[in-house]
Amino acid sequence: MASTTLLEVDDVIVRFGGVTAVNHAAFTAERGRITGLIGPNGAGKTTCFNVITGLQKPTSGRVRYRDRDVTRWAVNRRAKHGIGRTFQRLEAFGSLSVRDNVRVAQEIHGGPLAWLRPGGSLLGVDILLERVGIADYAEERADSIPTGAARLLELARALACEPQLLLLDEPSSGLDETETDAFGDLLKELADEGCAILMVEHDMDLVMTVCDEIHVLDFGEIIASGTPADIRTDRNVQRAYLGYSEDDPAAGHTSEMEVVTP
Amino acid sequence: MSSLFAFTLLGLFTGAAYAIMASGLVLTYATTRVFNIAHGAFGMVLAFTFWDFSQRQGLPTLLSLFLVLGVVAPAIGWGIQRFVTRGLGEGPVSVALVVTVGLLVGLIGLAQYIWPPEPRVLLPFHAETGWQVGDTYITAHQLITIICSIVVAVGLYLLLNRTRVGTAMRASVDNPELLKFFGGKPDTAAALAWAIGMSLAALAGILLTPVVGLDYYALTLLVINAYAAAMLGRLKSLPLTFAGAMGLGILESLAVAYLPTDGFWSTIRPVIPALFLFVVVVAMPQTQLRIGQVKGIIAAPVPTVRKSLASGGVLLAFAFVLIGIVSRADVLLIGVAATYAMVMLSLVLLTGYGGHVSLAQFTFAGVGALAYAKLDEPNLLGLVLAALIAAAVGALVALPVLRLTGLYLALSTLAFAVLMDKVIFQADFAFKFNGTLATERLSVFGIQIASDTAYVWFMVLAFVLMGLFLLWLRRGALGRILIATRDSPSGCGTLGLDLRWFRVGLFSLSAGMAGVAGALFSGLRGTVGAADFLYFQSLLVLLAAVVFGVTSVTGSLLGGTALMLLRSSSPELTAVLFAILGFGAVLLARDPNGTANHLFKLGRWSTNRVLPRWEEQFRERLDGLLKANRPQPARSVDVPVEAAIEEPKGVS
Repeated sequence: MASTTLLEVDDVIVRFGGVTAVNHAAFTAERGRITGLIGPNGAGKTTCFNVITGLQKPTSGRVRYRDRDVTRWAVNRRAKHGIGRTFQRLEAFGSLSVRDNVRVAQEIHGGPLAWLRPGGSLLGVDILLERVGIADYAEERADSIPTGAARLLELARALACEPQLLLLDEPSSGLDETETDAFGDLLKELADEGCAILMVEHDMDLVMTVCDEIHVLDFGEIIASGTPADIRTDRNVQRAYLGYSEDDPAAGHTSEMEVVTP
Repeated sequence: MSSLFAFTLLGLFTGAAYAIMASGLVLTYATTRVFNIAHGAFGMVLAFTFWDFSQRQGLPTLLSLFLVLGVVAPAIGWGIQRFVTRGLGEGPVSVALVVTVGLLVGLIGLAQYIWPPEPRVLLPFHAETGWQVGDTYITAHQLITIICSIVVAVGLYLLLNRTRVGTAMRASVDNPELLKFFGGKPDTAAALAWAIGMSLAALAGILLTPVVGLDYYALTLLVINAYAAAMLGRLKSLPLTFAGAMGLGILESLAVAYLPTDGFWSTIRPVIPALFLFVVVVAMPQTQLRIGQVKGIIAAPVPTVRKSLASGGVLLAFAFVLIGIVSRADVLLIGVAATYAMVMLSLVLLTGYGGHVSLAQFTFAGVGALAYAKLDEPNLLGLVLAALIAAAVGALVALPVLRLTGLYLALSTLAFAVLMDKVIFQADFAFKFNGTLATERLSVFGIQIASDTAYVWFMVLAFVLMGLFLLWLRRGALGRILIATRDSPSGCGTLGLDLRWFRVGLFSLSAGMAGVAGALFSGLRGTVGAADFLYFQSLLVLLAAVVFGVTSVTGSLLGGTALMLLRSSSPELTAVLFAILGFGAVLLARDPNGTANHLFKLGRWSTNRVLPRWEEQFRERLDGLLKANRPQPARSVDVPVEAAIEEPKGVS
C-alpha cells in the first residue's frame, strides 16, 4: 500500500497564540482514493488544508508529498508539483469571466514562456467548464455567479493545473441535490483517473457515498478514522457531533450531522 | 569615549521626538489598517498652525500648545477618520495609499497657500535654559522632548491596557467585524485613534521644528523616519517602535559625529532613515499570503485592437497638426506632457492593472535619463539600454521587499525616491550637486531627430507605441494573470504562480517604461539635472494618474496633459493646484478608472442614447417631408419601410 500514498501529514500542530487549531494531526491521502476530512466548525479542517498547500506554516510536524518533505516549500512550488485546491471562502478571480478564470489557471500552469505566446487554445478550457457543469456561465464575471457555481469554477481552475492531489474545501455547499449527485460522480471519475482527493465536507450523504476513507477532526485532533461504515457507528464521532456528553448533553452541533444516525 | 556618550545622548533626544511621531502612526495604522503617509504632512500643517497661534497671533505658548494638541489636531483626526479614511482599511491597499498620498500633497498645497514661503522661526521651548552634564550641554527643549516621549509611552500603555476603549482599539486590530458583533464600537475606537494620532503628529512636528526648520517638505518627510522606526515593530508593537525610534536617533547623531564632513559621505546624513528602513525591511521575516478576495475592484475597460490603433492614429495626426501651429515653447511643453503621460502609462501597468503602488515612478524616469546621458549613445540602442538600466534598478528596489506585502513595497519606494533625490542624483558620478548633464537627441537608423517639432512628435509616437504595447499585454495572458493576482493572490499562489518574482518582474517592467520616458525627456531638454527628478514629482504623477484614470491609456494622456499645465503654472497658483490635485485624488481614489472612465461612459451614453434619438428625429422629419411630397403609399408597402427604420436602433 505504501506506494500509493501520495500525501502524508505527520504529527502536525498549528497554534494561533493560545489557541491550538490543529493538534497532532496525522493522516494520508492515497492515489485513486477519496479521503474525507469531517468535523464540526472550527475543528481545524481548513487549517490542515492551509498547512498542506503551504499557506500556513505548522508550529511543528511534517508534510510529506510523493516521498519528499515539503514542509518548507513555498505555496507555488507545491502547486507546480501537483497539489491543487479550492477554498471554503471563495478565491475566484472576481473581475475576470468564468472562462478566463480557468484560462488564466492554464496559463499560470504553462509557465512564463506560455504567457508571451499569442492566442492559445480555448478548447481545453471549455471542456473543463463542461465537465464540472458550469459551461452556461462561461461569459459571466466570476463574482456574479451563484456560490455553488463559483465553487465548481474553483474546481475547474484547480483541474486546469493537472493536479495529482486535489484538496476540496466544502465543495458542494451551494449545490442542489441533483448537482451534488453529479458532483459526486465527477469526484469518483477523477479518483478513477488516479487523482488523490482530500475533501472537507459537511454534506454527510455525499461524504458517506463517495469517500473511501474518513478522518474526523474535533478541536484540532483526529478522533476517528476509517471507512464510512466505521465512522457511522463510532461512539467518539457521535459524541463530538451530537453532544452525547455525560456532563453537558445540550452542547453539540446537531444540525450538521443528522444524517449520520439514521 | 565621552564624545560617544555625548552624541548618543543627543541621539536620544531626536529619537524621542521620532518615537512620538511613530507611535501616532502605529496607533492609527493598527486600529484602522490605513497607513497614513500624510502623517508627517499633518505634523507639518499643525506645526505651522502652532507658529500661527503663538507667533503671528501672539497667543501665550501654553495656550497655543493646548489649542493645537487638544483641539485642532484631535478635531482634524476625527474628521479625517469620519469622512476620509473610514472603510479604507478593508479595501485594496492601493486605494488607501493613494488617498493618503493625496492628503500629503493637498496639505503641502494648503500650507503653501495659507502660509506662503517666507522665513519663519519657531524657537525651542525655554531657549535660554540648559544644563552642563559632563562635557555635554542639554537644553531644556531636549529635556522636554524626552519627558513628552515618556508621558506618551506611559499614556498609551495605560490607554491600551487599562481602559475599555483601549481594549476596543486593540480588538479592532484583529477583527473590527467581530468587535462590532460583541457590542464594541470600532468607529469610536478608530476615531479616537486618529484623534490621538494626529495630536502626536502635531507634538512631534512642533518638537522637531527647531531641529529641521519650519519647512513644508522636511517636516512632511518625517513620516519616513516614523515609518522606519515603526517597521522594527512591524507597524504593530509600540515598545519596539520606541526602540526603533531611539536607535534611529542615535544612528543619525553618530553619523554627524563620525562621518566625514565633506564629499559623498556628508550627503548620507539626511537619508539615514531611508537606509535604516531598507536594513529593517530586508531583515523582516516572510509574510504569509493574504487569504480572502479583495472586494470592490472595478474591471479596467479594454478597447479592441482596431479601436486602439485608430485612436493612436488620430492622436498622432492631432499632435502633428498641433505641433505645427503652436509656438516653440509650447512645442516643448507638449514634449513634457508626453513624458508625464509615458510615466503614467508605467503606472497603468503597475497600479491600474497590477494593484501595486509606486511612489518613485518619476525617480525611475530620472534613472533612465541619467543612464541615457551617461551612456552618450544617442540612438535606439542607447534608449533600450537606458530602459534596461531603469528596469534593473526597479528590480533592485523590489527585491528587498520581495517577501513582504504591497504596503511595504510602496512605502519603500518613497524611501528609495528620497534616497535617489538627495544622494545618488546629486553625487559626483551622477548629475552632481546643482549640476546638469548635456544630452543629445537620438537618431533613428542614422538620422538624428534634431528639430523640436520632429522630436516632440517622435515622443508622442513613443507614447502611442507604449500605449499599444500596454493594451497588447493587457489583452494577453500576462494581462489576465495581472488581474488574477490583484483579485486573489492566494488563488494564484495555489495555482503555481510565484507571486514574489512576478511582482519583481512587473515592477521592473514598469520602471523600464518610466526609464524610456526619462531618456526621451533628457533629449528634449538637451540638459538634465537632479532638480528635474525630485521625489515629489513621483507623488504628483501618481495622483494625476489616479484622478484621470489609472486603468486606461486615455487616463494617462489626460493626466500627462494636466500635469504639464500644473507644472507650467505660476508658483502662487501651484499651491492651489497641489491642493486641488491632492484632495481631488482623495475624493476619486475609490474609483481607479478615474475621469477617463466617465468620459468613456459619456461616450457610450451618447452613442447609445443621444445618437439614436437624433437619428430618429431626423428620420421622422425626413419621413414627414417625404409624406408631404408624396401620396400615402399602400399599407403593404409601408411595413418593410418601417422595419428598415427600426433596424439601426437594434444595431447601435
